[in-house]
Amino acid sequence: MEFTSMLFYVFAFCFIGSAVLMVTSRNTIKAAMFLILSFFSVASLWLLLEAEFLAITLILVYVGAVMVLFLFVIKMLDIDKSTVRAKFTKYLPLGIVVSVVVISQMALVLNVGQFDLDNSMGPVRQAADFSNISQLANDLYTLYVYPFELAAVLLLTAIIAAITLVHRNESRSKRQNIAEQVNVQAGDRVRLVSASSNKSKESK
Amino acid sequence: MIVLSDYLILSAIVFCIGLAGIFINRTNIIMLLMCVELILAAVNTNFIAFSYFGSDIAGQIFVFFILTVAAAEVAIGLAILTLVYRNRGSIDVDVTNSLKG
Repeated sequence: MEFTSMLFYVFAFCFIGSAVLMVTSRNTIKAAMFLILSFFSVASLWLLLEAEFLAITLILVYVGAVMVLFLFVIKMLDIDKSTVRAKFTKYLPLGIVVSVVVISQMALVLNVGQFDLDNSMGPVRQAADFSNISQLANDLYTLYVYPFELAAVLLLTAIIAAITLVHRNESRSKRQNIAEQVNVQAGDRVRLVSASSNKSKESK
Repeated sequence: MIVLSDYLILSAIVFCIGLAGIFINRTNIIMLLMCVELILAAVNTNFIAFSYFGSDIAGQIFVFFILTVAAAEVAIGLAILTLVYRNRGSIDVDVTNSLKG
């Protein structure tokens, strides 16, 4: 067996195994850890597909930011495990039925003979000094520059929405009250205190 | 030799695992969000496999945008989750039934 094929099977096994363990895990923390493992395996698969930038982005953004956010929320909320555990097996048959239906539909579509996918396409091996990032950036900043800017706006919207949603009440915020500022008197700002600097010397 | 359909079958399997996970963990919103992330990872693998075997960079750019949208979705979803917990004291889906007629 070729070395890259062996790598593919190892990473695919890790991906599927950690996905199954994540889905069936009853502890949410363990599920998050297995999701991190499956992200690492899928990033390795993307490296095999010569998408280096996206593989590194997946690890940096997903494992570094999104999963940490997940873990933060899981630890912050006190989740009652007993209610989750009781309803676990209730929907298991439905889930199995739906996934079997979907996987059989996909198997029909992905059947190699019907669409001749493997013969029509072949990977073009790039040279060793080929830069995936520069190729991606060339297209991203020319052809896809408007979607790129839209993505930036979308992230800004997400930031504003998240902050607005979880912001608790007005009293903690630093927003200015215009009426209070206009109506301020000198007495509110300056306070005269009788200083007692030499007292300690005189008492001696 | 690994061909395109191997990657497609792999991502189809993981997609179905994620879909089954949504049904199994139907009551826990955090698990639902994590299963959606798993499904997105499987779908992104499809895009990158087509991009590699078809020698077209557009698939990778699409994955880039999917990652952006998914990050925004997670941020807002977890914020809503925090609000639900704060108002209801639980993240059970069955508790959030006040819109039921």
